[in-house]
Amino acid sequence: MSAVADTHAQDHHHGPASGISRWLLTTNHKDIGSMYLMFSFAMFLLGGTMAMVIRAELFQPGLQIVQPEFFNQMTTMHGLIMVFGAVMPAFVGLANWMVPLMIGAPDMALPRMNNWSFWLLPCAFLILVSTLFMEGGAPNFGWTFYAPLSTTYGPPSTTFFIFAIHIMGVSSIMGAINVIATILNMRAPGMTLMKMPMFVWTWLITAFLLIAVMPVLAGVVTMMLMDINFGTSFFNAAGGGDPVLFQHVFWFFGHPEVYIMILPAFGAISHIIPAFSRKRLFGYASMVYAVGAIALLSFLVWAHHMFTVGVPVAGQLFFMYATLLIAVPTGVKVFNWVATMFRGSLTFEAPMLFAVAFVILFTIGGFSGLMLAIAPADFQYHDTYFVVAHFHYVLVPGAIFGIFASAYFWLPKWTGHMYDETLAKTHFWLSFVGMNLAFFPMHFLGLAGMPRRIPDYALQFADFNMVSSIGAFMFGSTQLLFLLIVVKCVRGGEKAAAKAWEGAEGLEWTVPSPAPYHTFSTPPEVK
Amino acid sequence: MRVHAQRAGALLGGLSFPALSLADWTVNMTPGVTGTSNDIFDLHMTIFWICVAIGVVVFGIMFWSIFAHRKSQGAKPANFHENTLVEVLWTTIPLVILVIMAIPATTTLIDMYDTTESDIDIKVTGYQWKWQYEYINEDFGYFSNLSTPSDQIRNRQAKGENYLLEVDNPMVIPVGKKVRFLLTANDVIHSWWVPDFGVKKDAIPGFINEAWTRVDEPGTYRGQCTELCGKDHGFMPVVVKAVPEEEYNSWVAEQRAAAEKERELTQKDWTMEELMERGEQAYATACAACHQADGSGAPPAFPALKGSAIAVGDITDHIDIVVNGKPGTAMQAFGGQLNEADLAAIITYERNAWGNNVGDMVTPKEIFDYKNEQ
Ligand code: HEC
Ligand code: HEM
Ligand SMILES: [Cu+2]
Ligand SMILES: [Cu+2]
Repeated sequence: MSAVADTHAQDHHHGPASGISRWLLTTNHKDIGSMYLMFSFAMFLLGGTMAMVIRAELFQPGLQIVQPEFFNQMTTMHGLIMVFGAVMPAFVGLANWMVPLMIGAPDMALPRMNNWSFWLLPCAFLILVSTLFMEGGAPNFGWTFYAPLSTTYGPPSTTFFIFAIHIMGVSSIMGAINVIATILNMRAPGMTLMKMPMFVWTWLITAFLLIAVMPVLAGVVTMMLMDINFGTSFFNAAGGGDPVLFQHVFWFFGHPEVYIMILPAFGAISHIIPAFSRKRLFGYASMVYAVGAIALLSFLVWAHHMFTVGVPVAGQLFFMYATLLIAVPTGVKVFNWVATMFRGSLTFEAPMLFAVAFVILFTIGGFSGLMLAIAPADFQYHDTYFVVAHFHYVLVPGAIFGIFASAYFWLPKWTGHMYDETLAKTHFWLSFVGMNLAFFPMHFLGLAGMPRRIPDYALQFADFNMVSSIGAFMFGSTQLLFLLIVVKCVRGGEKAAAKAWEGAEGLEWTVPSPAPYHTFSTPPEVK
Repeated sequence: MRVHAQRAGALLGGLSFPALSLADWTVNMTPGVTGTSNDIFDLHMTIFWICVAIGVVVFGIMFWSIFAHRKSQGAKPANFHENTLVEVLWTTIPLVILVIMAIPATTTLIDMYDTTESDIDIKVTGYQWKWQYEYINEDFGYFSNLSTPSDQIRNRQAKGENYLLEVDNPMVIPVGKKVRFLLTANDVIHSWWVPDFGVKKDAIPGFINEAWTRVDEPGTYRGQCTELCGKDHGFMPVVVKAVPEEEYNSWVAEQRAAAEKERELTQKDWTMEELMERGEQAYATACAACHQADGSGAPPAFPALKGSAIAVGDITDHIDIVVNGKPGTAMQAFGGQLNEADLAAIITYERNAWGNNVGDMVTPKEIFDYKNEQ
């Protein structure tokens, strides 16, 4: 009897606060992780809705639904919201939930900062989204916001956009500092660096990338702010500035940014594939070195986005070689996943389905990346739908499928219930077919000469655009199913065991499901 | 018979779905018509087949595992991991393939950058949203605007064959000559692309980029602006006509004569009616994109001119904003873009159209003097 009373009292002291203050004031890594994930999914739906507007306008040639001004706002906001609102916060959410559980730490190293870095995000996006209702409209210069289109010629809301980017940057940097501090200081005794789970490794490297490049982004938007409001001419040729400088600074941030959006997914996939192959990851050490090599090389390739800008030929060659080089460690990762599956004992629950699709489709995106790296060929591909196809093949099946795979993999741990496998498989197959239908024809459109960021197109592009739009509607509407699956799983379902998957390995599976509000108050021993 | 069936099909398709009858299902890049574009095409196909080969091996092993190593088939997991030989091999083989690939890419790139010894130089300037082509050794130049009627874009009229890929004045070049393009822009960054030439280069304000081509087959080649440059980025096509040399020479002679005539227009005495008539046309090509044909603009980005303080106010202010533009806004300085006759006609038109009945006019000569005073 007294024992029961005791646990009860403990629950009371250490359990979550009730009501809204639980969420506003929480410093618990699990609560903050959940908030990041929910926020990210909301942004995914918002950014996805904008993609539906884009695809609806492009369903047929001619202007039907929106005007070019608004179309440009949609592409810009879609890109910004997906990159900064959907993908990055989802990975921070996964890191919050899983890094402490994986390294045997009781929480993140800096819990109050953790709360703040989350709550900054809704503020930033409130500002960004509010620009849609401002006079002159939302930012309309593409998510790459090249000057002088975004400075001298930008809409009045550009200053709000800059402010929003600053806040997002602060949030990301704080999140990254927290991850690094947690990983370097709070590992369970015995967990040496080379024993860390892959997800922890990839997030550690991602966090360093974030700290390195988010200030560069802050710098470039600050220079814009000065040009717009304080009469400087960083990017204005008439005042002695240089519009090309903008692109160099932007892409010095932008290329590492694309790896920020994929490395944590690499990590998660490196857990999921071994778990459902019931076999160890083929080459742990080479996977770690490959991620390190990718991260370092990612600082040396930025001008491959600028092959048509007129970089001198020597520079052009340097960036082409460096970009080709980055394919080598990326290949090593793919080969490792395949070697892990080879002669395993495979089952295909939803996390594995998403993980296998990740490997296949990300590799296709990697192939088109290799093609884009060939500088002379890039003169034809650049700024066409071929590029749109390429980056959606790395972002949708890469980042997004990676996130879905992780979510299904760890949902039993988070909620204590197994999700509905049939619905999850339906979600997978509809997403898989929809995604390929939406994005594969974009390769053809690009090769046939359709530029990106246009609201209307010549008639020879009509057929594939229609196919692509149908695929996009299919993919988009399917995502509501995910919401349903998660809500169902939170509400109930088959009880999940501590180790929810037969082949899963790692400290997170040693705590009960659902993971109690406080875990690892005494550190576990890692041998 | 088959031809008839096809035609009937096309007609049916065309009636039910105007867009579809002309569309096609092209899936690959086309080789184009220049040495450069053919080199690029070869590189594109080489790297494509390399990717296919790697894909067959990697996906082959993967699908084999998916097929044969399923738990439901009774597969027991093996326990191998880390094999130095395999890992060294799958690092070095791709590296070697990439080095082999880099060699032809390097040669092609160096060739693309060789803009020396050109026969003809054309300066290409990007404007929001049109191209200006200046034949710098020949003393003439002109603008090239989209010529697809707005009714086609807004679905009030059937779309033509070259929908969105047609212009009023195409660039004209002679076949068999090395043509050098000097690219720059007047406002934001644009990018000049003709897929069939394998030429795409950014036009950047304040900078001059170079590119070149040599076309051997006469023909009309179409492309588009490929750098987001604002609202009408999708509506500034590039059209180049490659013609035999004699035809080119006579075209140049014509253009030079026309340019001379334009200069004479400034000296001529103009009546109000002549100015209004010319003004309406010139306004439609140069100003209507922003201020709209009926002068209503698209506030707040583009002010209405109908009843605007400047258009019905002091004429010097009106001349000033049209000739010098308004720095820092989309209102460009048209003084350098339009000739005096057009400037005078447009200003007169704006002051007397859409109910702006100011009643005054300005002559090309007065514009000429105004520009010289500055
Ligand atoms: C690219 C878009 C664009 C084009 C093309 C354009 N304008 Fe403008 N125009 C503007 C903008 C923007 C302003 C407002 C500038 C400001 O902020 O005061 C403006 C202002 C004006 C004004 C002053 C209106 C007022 O009451 O303040 C006049 C007159 C004018 N334009 C005439 C013309 C003429 C004539 C042409 C064609 C030769 C033309 N514009 C072409 C964008 C354009
Ligand atoms: C719901 C499925 C999606 C669809 C149907 C979709 C569709 C599109 C389309 C058609 C464009 C090109 C717009 C244009 O160039 O005119 C585009 C641009 C873009 N998309 Fe997506 N997209 C989807 C998901 C995503 C995701 C998940 C991400 C990122 C993680 C993403 C990132 C981007 C970016 C960065 C751009 C470039 C924006 C720009 O040109 O500035 N998209 N998308
Ligand atoms: Cu890049
Ligand atoms: Cu453009």
